[in-house]
Amino acid sequence: MGNLYSDETLKHFRNPHNYGEIKNSSGKGEAGNIICGDVMSLYINVVKNKKGQEIIKNVKFKTYGCAAAIATSSAVTDLVKGKTIDEALKISKNDIVDFLKGLPPIKIHCSILAIDALWEAIYQYLTKNKKTIPQNLIEKHIRIEKGKKQIEERYKSWKK
Amino acid sequence: MKKIYLDYAATTQVDPRVVKAMLPYFTQRYGNTMSLHKSGRDAALIMEKSREIVASLINSQTNEIIFTSSATESNNTVLKGLAFANSGRKSHLIISSIEHDCVLESASWLEKQGFEVTRLSVNKTGFINLEELRKAIKKETFLVSIIHGNNEIGTIQDIEAIGKICHEKNVLFHTDASQSLGKVNINVKKMNIDLLTASSHKIYGPKGAACLYKKEGIIIQPLLHGGGHEMGLRSSTSNVAAIVGFAEACQILKNEGKKENTRLIKLRNLLIDGILKSIKRTHLNGPKEKRLSNNVNISFRGVEGESLTMELDFNGVEVSTGSACSSRTLVPSHVLTAIGLPPEEAHGSIRFSLGRWTKEEDIIKTIEVLKKVVAKLRKFSPYG
Repeated sequence: MGNLYSDETLKHFRNPHNYGEIKNSSGKGEAGNIICGDVMSLYINVVKNKKGQEIIKNVKFKTYGCAAAIATSSAVTDLVKGKTIDEALKISKNDIVDFLKGLPPIKIHCSILAIDALWEAIYQYLTKNKKTIPQNLIEKHIRIEKGKKQIEERYKSWKK
Repeated sequence: MKKIYLDYAATTQVDPRVVKAMLPYFTQRYGNTMSLHKSGRDAALIMEKSREIVASLINSQTNEIIFTSSATESNNTVLKGLAFANSGRKSHLIISSIEHDCVLESASWLEKQGFEVTRLSVNKTGFINLEELRKAIKKETFLVSIIHGNNEIGTIQDIEAIGKICHEKNVLFHTDASQSLGKVNINVKKMNIDLLTASSHKIYGPKGAACLYKKEGIIIQPLLHGGGHEMGLRSSTSNVAAIVGFAEACQILKNEGKKENTRLIKLRNLLIDGILKSIKRTHLNGPKEKRLSNNVNISFRGVEGESLTMELDFNGVEVSTGSACSSRTLVPSHVLTAIGLPPEEAHGSIRFSLGRWTKEEDIIKTIEVLKKVVAKLRKFSPYG
């Protein structure tokens, strides 16, 4: 459990970066882990830079979960901030684990949750703006959506 | 920062009086109980003296106490030892669905060896249904094993009534009293108990010592074969120092237990009321009455238990959680599931367990810290 976390993970858990919500975000992604019950929402704001590339200018998260879930949420926001959409889609769970200087093996699934939420936020952004959605992102979306429905059912009495 | 330890159900600090009683048995009185010389006889004598003290706390005879190394060992000995002793004759045992893992896992292992296991359900506050028990007993049943005080939610079963049913049906009754010894008065004769497990490190004694009370005449097979220690039921060189410590811990309970429990109940209720009143979206798991004097189990909605445990730890408060995230298997506690708690409520559950050195100021401080850290974690949470 906690005694196996890296110092970097504990640092992000205790003082997570970029937590909160973005009103009128360009995209919001929600993902849940149906096994352990952790849930994450990720908000992105996308703008065009001088070269005309789409950049994730701002990103925020809200997470209900263990220390690893909160730390990986914080990590993914640090990793995507300022990146182009294409670059953000290339971020892997291993990048998050490396960024946190390691995660206990049983907590690796938390980094997948963070990536899922990111993909969902990008998926929503691309859909809203009628842009081409890469085939693999569509497939991922179908998988994540399925888990999310089960999770929503579980927490429906908590929704405000 | 002063540490506030509220995990006495996990283990306790050894009482300094116990340490003092144990010390001579490391460097001066280190004999092997099986040796014929004076050092050996000294060791054997103090073992018998210790056995008397432990027996007296639960009103058993001295020869009915078998020393073991842990409650896990005692519970394994009861389930497997009785199963082996009944092999080929009786093949059914009954446990509850809120036993400690060592009983659950032993029962599951026996199931794989061909025995049949019934797991009794519990109600919302963790009590078994006596009628369900009565109906579950059949002619093949050789054992009913029901935990006395539950380690997670503090439910104290009506052991006397359970034992009565077992005896009416001619079935042996075992109870795991690891958490209840010292919190509830135990009288094995009056309470119809045939076998009982108790542990030293839960009552301010050292780890590595425990006992099994086995009513005279009951035949079990040993798990450990060898030199024939503990009436042939548990071979292994006697851990004299630890057992002396265990006995001393029992003696202290006998002298001070009643007063200590009155104090703990007051502090326990202070903590329960304090949390429920000052933090919204919280509820108590387990019963209000018939609850271990030192157990508090609360679910905090919108906050996950492992996060909360760690955040409390950073603030000097040590507790434990039934959250799936903190388990090796990522499933919520089987006890919380058995009382019908949905996964999301189990996910935010925290167990506080009080003890001999818990002070009122610790409880007040804990409530203050909780208010702060729950608010902090709820800020990060989509259900905050």
